[in-house]
This record gives sequence, C-alpha cells and structure tokens, in this order.
Amino acid sequence: MNVNVQKEGTKLIISVEGKLGTTTAPALEKAVKENISGVTELVFDFCKLDYMASAGLRILLSSAKIMKKQGPMKIINVSAPVMEVFNLTGLADVMDIETA
Amino acid sequence: MKELNIEATPENIDTVIAFVDEQLEEYGCGMKAQMAIDVAVDELFANIAHYAYSPETGYATVRVDVIKDPLSVEITFIDNGVPYDPLANIDPDTSLSVEDRPIGGMGIFIVKKSMDLVNYEYKDGKNILTIKKNI
Repeated sequence: MNVNVQKEGTKLIISVEGKLGTTTAPALEKAVKENISGVTELVFDFCKLDYMASAGLRILLSSAKIMKKQGPMKIINVSAPVMEVFNLTGLADVMDIETA
Repeated sequence: MKELNIEATPENIDTVIAFVDEQLEEYGCGMKAQMAIDVAVDELFANIAHYAYSPETGYATVRVDVIKDPLSVEITFIDNGVPYDPLANIDPDTSLSVEDRPIGGMGIFIVKKSMDLVNYEYKDGKNILTIKKNI
C-alpha cells in the first residue's frame, strides 16, 4: 500500500493506493495523525484502492470524529467493491462519500 | 482442497490472502466477490493472530475448498488457541452517527454480512470457523 499526503494550505488530501487491511492500516493512521492538526478540509482519495477491511474503517471513523470539530471530510473515487463495505456498516449514510 | 499451515501473526495476513486468491484464480471470480473474500480473510486471520495465542504465538490452518455447480468457495480457519466464538459478539448499531459510533467491532460484522454462510464450532480443542461465499 502507498499513502500520498498533499497539503494545500489547511486542506489535506490523502491518497491511498493498494490494499488497506490490518497490516497496512497503521501507515495510513500515521499519515493522518501527523497531518490532521489545523486541517479545515480533509479528502481521502481512494481512486487506486483495491480493498478495505475494518482496520481502514476505524481510521476513517476516528478521522471523521476529529473533523466534526475542524471542517468537512469526504472520501472520493470509491470503487463499487469498497463502497459495499461502507454500505454494510451503515457508514455510507453518515459519511460524505463519492463513488468513482 | 488446499491447505496452508502458517504461524498466526499479523505479518502473515497478506500471505494467507495471496494463498486464498491463488485457489480462486482459475475460476474467474468477480472483483466484488474477490474483495469480499479478501476482506473476510483479513478480518478472520487478524483475529486469530491477535487473540488466539496471545501473548504467545501459535499456528493456524487455512483450508480452501472450491465447490463447483453452483460455484462457491468455502474457507475454514482452524487454530488451537483459547476458545473464542467471534459470532457471539453483539452486532454494531449501524444507524449511529459518526459522533456516537464506537471505533471498533466492525470486522466480524462485515464478514457476517458479506458471506453467504458463517459457522463456528469448538471441537477437539480447536476453534473452527468456516465461511462460504457464492461466486
């Protein structure tokens, strides 16, 4: 998995490539922790994401909790198989998610 | 039927997923079913790696059985660790807002929802968890 972090002022864009599972989630968690302070807009770009397990969902949920106090957060370019995980857990209803 | 006996550590999750994918390769499994299976294997093997033998380590067996007509895959996880039925966990409330939701407890729930069958038994000192997915 690759995590790419891009900052435009107080806007943070995190792109995730590959498999977001138990073994790779800590790298994403680290990227979020190191960069989320002072961010007023957070975007996760899942354009090249192959799959996401609950370890990934945990990071998105904890990021969303932080961003409730800081500004909007959205997840973009979500493929149909990854969207299924958001749908199953009901997170699709409470998060701003755009499909690919 | 193919079997993999491997040390139950988080580092081996990717090896187990690759092993399962390899068995499915020749059957032209669709992207959606494949991802659901990969996620389920990630969740279930991670559970064994984190809890079955903690704080020691131990081995787990992953058995893959592809059934033809109608095409489906059955994956069985066997470990000799502490008896643990993951299906006994209470399902998370999926209607809760971001603020009210607990961070964890979604892994097994995803497996239950995305597989066509999930079964647990404790037999002869072993945890035996079987999942089945129609593909």
